[in-house]
Amino acid sequence: MDIPYTVKNRPDTGLYNGKLGIWLFLASEVMLFGGLFSAYIFLRTGVEQWPTGSEYLDIPLATLNTLFLITSSVTMVMSWASLKLNDFKKFKIYSGVTLLLALAFLIVKYFEYTHKFHVGYLPSTNNFLGIYFTMTGLHVLHIIGGMIVIFYFWIPGAKMWKEDPEQFTNRIEIVGLYWHFVDLVWIFLFPVLYLL
Amino acid sequence: MSTDHHKQSFLTKYIWSTDHKIIGLQYGITSLVWLLFGFSLMMIMRYQLAYPESPIPFIGALIGDGGILPSEMYNSLGAMHGTIMIFLGVVPLAFGAFGNYFVPLQIGAIDMAFPKLNAASYWMYFVGSVIMAVGFFVPGGAANSGWTSYPPLADIATTGQTVWLLGMVMLITSSLLGSINILVTVIQLRTDGMTWMKLPIFVWTQFITAFLLLLAFPPLEAASVLQLMDRLAGTSFFMPSGLVVSGEVMTNAGGGSPLLWQHLFWFLAHPEVYVLILPAFGIITEIIANNTRKPIWGYKALVYAMVFLGFMSFIVWAHHMYITGMGTTIGAFFQTTTMIISIPSVVILTALLLSLWGGSIRFNTPMLFALGFIPMFGIGGLTGLPLGLAAADIHLHDTYYVIGHFHYVVAPGTIFALFAGIYYWFPKMTGKRTNETLGKLHFFFSLIFMNGVFMPMFVQGLAGVSRRLWDGGQSYAHAADVLYLNEVMSVSAWLLGLAQIFFIVNMIISLFGKKTGEKNPWEATTLDWTDTTSPPLGHGNFEIVPTVYRGPYEYSVPGDEQGFTPQSKKV
Amino acid sequence: MSELTPEQVKHHIKTYVLVFVSLAFLTVVTVAISYLDLGVVEGVVLALIVASIKGSLVACYFMHLIDEKITIYWTLIATLVAFLILIFVPLSTMLAQAKI
Repeated sequence: MDIPYTVKNRPDTGLYNGKLGIWLFLASEVMLFGGLFSAYIFLRTGVEQWPTGSEYLDIPLATLNTLFLITSSVTMVMSWASLKLNDFKKFKIYSGVTLLLALAFLIVKYFEYTHKFHVGYLPSTNNFLGIYFTMTGLHVLHIIGGMIVIFYFWIPGAKMWKEDPEQFTNRIEIVGLYWHFVDLVWIFLFPVLYLL
Repeated sequence: MSTDHHKQSFLTKYIWSTDHKIIGLQYGITSLVWLLFGFSLMMIMRYQLAYPESPIPFIGALIGDGGILPSEMYNSLGAMHGTIMIFLGVVPLAFGAFGNYFVPLQIGAIDMAFPKLNAASYWMYFVGSVIMAVGFFVPGGAANSGWTSYPPLADIATTGQTVWLLGMVMLITSSLLGSINILVTVIQLRTDGMTWMKLPIFVWTQFITAFLLLLAFPPLEAASVLQLMDRLAGTSFFMPSGLVVSGEVMTNAGGGSPLLWQHLFWFLAHPEVYVLILPAFGIITEIIANNTRKPIWGYKALVYAMVFLGFMSFIVWAHHMYITGMGTTIGAFFQTTTMIISIPSVVILTALLLSLWGGSIRFNTPMLFALGFIPMFGIGGLTGLPLGLAAADIHLHDTYYVIGHFHYVVAPGTIFALFAGIYYWFPKMTGKRTNETLGKLHFFFSLIFMNGVFMPMFVQGLAGVSRRLWDGGQSYAHAADVLYLNEVMSVSAWLLGLAQIFFIVNMIISLFGKKTGEKNPWEATTLDWTDTTSPPLGHGNFEIVPTVYRGPYEYSVPGDEQGFTPQSKKV
Repeated sequence: MSELTPEQVKHHIKTYVLVFVSLAFLTVVTVAISYLDLGVVEGVVLALIVASIKGSLVACYFMHLIDEKITIYWTLIATLVAFLILIFVPLSTMLAQAKI
């Protein structure tokens, strides 16, 4: 016996199980990053002096990173759209580009972090750097997690397309929702940490 | 129709199982072991409280230093007692065990929405609990800054605190995955005819609990990450500037706030107490309906009250922080919301009480625990009112009064409900019956000794005896008149521990007893009883997936000779 | 989304491209604003407004929220309420303290 509504939508809710599941997961992620944003606000309003982002952070580099991530969101949704149009080759290309852009983001972050450590800017230096490293660090972990899953469906898991194309497409949709969320977090993180 | 009878290895069938019933049992057994362990920690602490600086019997040899409990170890036992009972005991039992086992059955589903995720949640809980256990073996012992882990103390505490934080991250993640599963299962996998207002109240409570866990736990996970950064990376999120510890000026950057931890912690920990009580309400409701042979009074009121309770639970948390100097306006806001939140609790308890009126009451073991729950939870709730009022809380905060209050709600409250659930559903899970005599002895002695432990706490608290004192108040003049109660409470605690032997023996002999062949011995109306075998089928639960035609508590319907009408009985 | 026809998907693709261009443009705007000499409050409000517009575009079009089902909407509304409580209530206790 199979669990119902794993692929087909349940009539009254109009959803398949995985779609609801991922949105609920994203709700919890909103609260996770929300806790950190709340901490940032609490810490900043609790002190008289708080550095501006430009004192410690490289804004042009981060702007480039923002564009990398936004583009990866587009390629991610295009990879899903390609599957809806039955174009598996295009799906592979768009997935690959998504991974590349994510990797570019990570590389930029790597340079950002190592440069800071090199000049002695550590999480323990002050709370601005502390919250910067913690929030971007947790975000980076989420990027890595997303990359692992996207890679899985790009290569080892791709054979599911032949067995059950509808379920495979749904899974890519779910991965895409997670990936867009990671992009969304950065859309708020970037101005808050770098520009204010 | 279940047709796949492929051979499964022992490992696949019982250890890595993705069957919600096996996973429910895994949660159940693990959590019961933890409950016993957590209770044992308290029994040790109570020896020190009753007979300060006397060697602890039996385990004194392990402690060294003459067998007297050192104050740091006392603090560890206290912090771990709280942590274990809440996060490793009650919630995994109430939500992980009962939720996993019975939600799919009661809604007519063949399993949870994500069976593999379900297995993952259990094993994450298991690993998280092992991590917590490891804390006892690191230098400095287990976490000793209270289950509330307040900085700055927790920031600079011994290694055990880091272990606690890592354990919490694992446990929280496990809980989040479990919540997602319950929510999707209830929304998506209700069988035909099972509309929202035909759901058993048990399912409603699990559903609301899942929502609370989903939205309230992540900020604590965030806070735990921040505290880990403070402890491991030297950040100052919770370390204020200019802190001096034992004459030494702290060298970290400062600028942090201990209050930040409190806000993020209590943002979870207040909804957490409703996570502790809601499943209990659900279990009690099932048992009362079944053993009064009449529908629950106020089904709709119960549902709306519980939903409202869930929502309100997010905006009362700072009543744990009245004395932090937040200002009278904000204090008044939280006092108001706290007073308001008592209303749905009263509605719920009233509905349960009124459900007894005119009932044909059967005094079996589950019903005794359910009946005991009502006044005990009543005491717990009522004693919370002075704590919710800021002016009174100034005197009662951090005293034994608080400990008395919350233990009444959780111990003869929730834990009684969990025992009730075990006795009630034992025949369904095993096809066997428990021994009624042992069950009644378990109940009566537990009831008496629970009151023996916790009632005196109100007296001590009103006299001003602080909580978390290793010497039980000996060094304070204002405690002198009420110190004698320490021995009373300790003896009650040990007798309460002995009373649990009735339960343990009952479980063992009943498990080895004969199968009765009865599917529905309690003559209940819900799908778990009426449409499944005892125990339910391994794969898929139901021979035929039921359709629902009526509400969950159609007892004594005029014209029905049986005295009860199953939800799935065709019109 | 399993009910979408290929024509509908192609139409969506046009939207994705438009959204991408808007997002890139708004990113430039965000950075440009930061170089203006604004007060703290104005700066924060403006930055959050632009970020919210960008976020809404990602949510509504990339995440297809604009034609999602009501169950998802209810989930997100509950989450938003909890999120706002988490952001604003601790802050208000902090501000109230500062006034004393």
